[in-house]
Amino acid sequence: MAKELVAFRNLETHFKTSAGTVKAVNDVSFSIREGETLCVVGESGCGKSVTAMSLMQLIESPPGKIVGGEIFFEGKDLLKLSKKEMSRLRGKEIAMIFQEPMSSLNPVFTIGKQITEPLLYHLNMTQKEAKARAIELITMVGIPRPDKIFHSYPHELSGGMRQRIMIAIALSCDPKLLIADEPTTALDVTIQAQILDLMRDIKTKRNTAIMMITHDLGVVAEMADFVVVMYAGKVIEEASVLELFREPRHPYTQGLLKAKPVINQRKERLYSIPGQVPNPVDLGENCHFHDRCEFCMEICKTKAPPLRAHIDGHKTACWLYEEEGKAQ
Amino acid sequence: MSESTVPLEKSYVGGNGEPLIQVENLKKYFPITGGVFQRRVGDVKAVDGVSFTINKGESFGLVGESGCGKSTIGRTLLRLNDKTDGKVYYEGKDMHELSKNDLRKIRTKMQIVFQDPFSSLNPRIKVGDAIGEALLDHGLVSRKELKERVIETMKICGLADYHYDRFPHEFSGGQRQRIGIARALIMNPEFIVADEPVSALDVSIQAQIINLLSDLQQEKQLTYLFISHDLSVVEHLCNRVGVMYLGTMMEMAPTEELFSNPLHPYTKALMSAIPVPDPTLKRERIVLQGDIPSPANPPSGCKFHTRCPMASDICKQEVPEYRNVGNEHFVACHFA
Amino acid sequence: MEQPSLNRTEQLQEQLKIVKAESPWRIAIRRFAKNRLALIGLIILFLMAIICAFGPFFSPYELNQTDIKNKNLAPNAQYWLGTDKLGRDVLLRVMLAGRISLTVGLVATAISVVIGATLGAVAGFYRRFADTIIMRIADIFLALPTLPILITLGAILSDLKIEPSKRIYFLMLIIGILGWVGLARLVRSQILTLREQEFMQATEALGLRDSRKIFRHLLPNTVPIIIVSATLGVAGAILTESALSFLGLGVVPPTPSWGNMINAANNLIDFRKRPWIWIPPGMCILVTVTAINLIGDGLRDALDPKMKSR
Repeated sequence: MAKELVAFRNLETHFKTSAGTVKAVNDVSFSIREGETLCVVGESGCGKSVTAMSLMQLIESPPGKIVGGEIFFEGKDLLKLSKKEMSRLRGKEIAMIFQEPMSSLNPVFTIGKQITEPLLYHLNMTQKEAKARAIELITMVGIPRPDKIFHSYPHELSGGMRQRIMIAIALSCDPKLLIADEPTTALDVTIQAQILDLMRDIKTKRNTAIMMITHDLGVVAEMADFVVVMYAGKVIEEASVLELFREPRHPYTQGLLKAKPVINQRKERLYSIPGQVPNPVDLGENCHFHDRCEFCMEICKTKAPPLRAHIDGHKTACWLYEEEGKAQ
Repeated sequence: MSESTVPLEKSYVGGNGEPLIQVENLKKYFPITGGVFQRRVGDVKAVDGVSFTINKGESFGLVGESGCGKSTIGRTLLRLNDKTDGKVYYEGKDMHELSKNDLRKIRTKMQIVFQDPFSSLNPRIKVGDAIGEALLDHGLVSRKELKERVIETMKICGLADYHYDRFPHEFSGGQRQRIGIARALIMNPEFIVADEPVSALDVSIQAQIINLLSDLQQEKQLTYLFISHDLSVVEHLCNRVGVMYLGTMMEMAPTEELFSNPLHPYTKALMSAIPVPDPTLKRERIVLQGDIPSPANPPSGCKFHTRCPMASDICKQEVPEYRNVGNEHFVACHFA
Repeated sequence: MEQPSLNRTEQLQEQLKIVKAESPWRIAIRRFAKNRLALIGLIILFLMAIICAFGPFFSPYELNQTDIKNKNLAPNAQYWLGTDKLGRDVLLRVMLAGRISLTVGLVATAISVVIGATLGAVAGFYRRFADTIIMRIADIFLALPTLPILITLGAILSDLKIEPSKRIYFLMLIIGILGWVGLARLVRSQILTLREQEFMQATEALGLRDSRKIFRHLLPNTVPIIIVSATLGVAGAILTESALSFLGLGVVPPTPSWGNMINAANNLIDFRKRPWIWIPPGMCILVTVTAINLIGDGLRDALDPKMKSR
């Protein structure tokens, strides 16, 4: 098995709000191995983006704060690094692309300037070298006429093109980890297919590890090697992609898979998970999914289930698979 | 809950075959103005000559990517927009010829459910009032009966009666969408345009809303125009589907026919582009090259030829005829 | 597809909304009450208004009561803020001037709000002709240089020999009429934005009457912006009035106003030797305008938290 690149250990990121504390990331542990694509999947508000932002240390404080845990990147605890060391790491070793390709590019600078910037800053290239490299990168992400694009402004490009440029910028310093936060959610399906193809290509050619955040199980199935399912700030299941789709164990994961209409598999009626995501303020110490779960037991309401491996590499946080649960 | 993939016994035509909405060669251009004098320098051809019929009791789906004009059709149909050319008939009446008064009356029969659960509700109006105000405004119910009717409708849509006095900001996206549906439903409409009603929602909530819409249709014999970018949702909910690209209808067929036998290369590409939640499935995917052209300056001939894997010279020059190839299956492609 | 483009923090805030029946107005009041600076501003303004309104009743002196024997006295136990060159009590005059300045500020703003909100709403709602005409008129008003116009009008008022006591009504009217444009544009653009919101399209689809659309849906959503802009407008009107009066073209003596009281310091001797003549009215202007601006900022943060980032 490949070497561990990133490891989250009991990460706790909380947000202080007028209504109370929100444990956006609540005791989250998992790791990403070199060259692996890991998908974090969950619905809005489950903490998947906050986990990634914690890794990048881009949590706005206040109201947010990482209150506990460790994040190791190649063995170094990122939370102990100085601001300067972290900013050296960002963009060079760890790069990130976002959902909105429009708002993540600065509208007043040319594409060329924005691609060369990290090259000049992180790799100390000369202007000339940087330009050559930038053109190479634009070509690599599949944009024709890179010279012309180099001199154009973000508003002249379509959404798909902008996302390609974001990927080019992210890859400019050959990062070891690429974080992609819902990279295709704002795009049309045919463009999404192009971008997913491109990312798969990058992964095989450059062996970059990808941490992909998405709500779309279809995207997960296409991209992931390993999957982490989050719900209300906690990891509730993690497994290799084949294992997860073959035998989802947590009732929430099962529900998600059944609830999605799938093309060419028409059903009389969709399965739907009843209720809604709980209010994230001051959640108790129980299974946060208990009020929507059809297998809810007494213990689920009073005690949080541990995340444990029952089958090799397949971890689930659910009382159904624990001795305490079986007893009931 | 049933998860078997039984073939559905829905007739090809859908509904009872009696047309409710007829759209004939509808065009909607948005002017582009420019220069010092704000003169019209061009048009965004959002809808460029589209015809179709929706029968009573049927649910008709419109799919396509952004900028294909599907939402504009929905809005022009209800005359929330003015048309540029063509006709829209509702039960034989030309929607765009109605007087202001007649239009106001007919509005009670046709409703719309919007995409964005946040902007579709007025933040300063209580939920109960928002749902009931149209009944009151049209004088369809007295103030006394109003609350009862509103609460009844709220319950049908899965809301509780204590939600009546709440404000929209206190609700989640899925609940707001239910409020939007209740607001449309209370008018007892015959026809509902659902404009991407689930695309802003989480997966687990999407399923709830889709089921609600499909239950309502069966109970109330509603007719739907269901607009979506998601083929799988449309397949689930509609009897008949039209696929649009850059303001033009590319293919239209009864759902089963379309999904089992797609003829247009764009439809095929669209279908194969959807990620399927099954990692063991290795599909031969058609990845379309390039971007969607701007509707302000669409390609000549077949509008799809710039991205079409099958395109040849004829596609660049001649607009393919939109024709019936049997089984109520219409397609606009030289090679179909 | 288009996603509601909220940023991350806002998204989070959306999810954190407490489940309690609270109207947007109550939430705004709660937010305002938490803003310490705005509360201080409100208290200061309140005190200022109370003192100006009721203070004169407790004063042993009378308006325009001259007393040459006691002219130019420094503050002392009898005359708390001293006397001016005609022996009038400065404290009494500052309070009376406050009445006038605050009234002019409020009334002038009320006039511009009524004109501005109405015209803005009409332009935004009916668009086409109404919009073009109203906005072109607004452009003309914007192109007029305010100060020269005010000075000219002030001079005309002086020429017409209008009584000083009536003059303030004209002044309110002039300041009010010249001030509607900003608000009209604000209301218009707000209404244009609202029109594009899906809930306004829903009112159309539901076939609601125009009156209901305007009074139930559009106007309540423009009220926050009007309140904020009017509050800040009061501060502006007070400043304009002071400037004009200082130049002798606004409120003219013997009627006191903060502006024309400062004018008393227009010679070097008064300015250097008798600061009690001009410092109190100057401080009043400073404190009042600052207080109003603090309230305005507080209201803006409370009513429209998204505007803060702009």
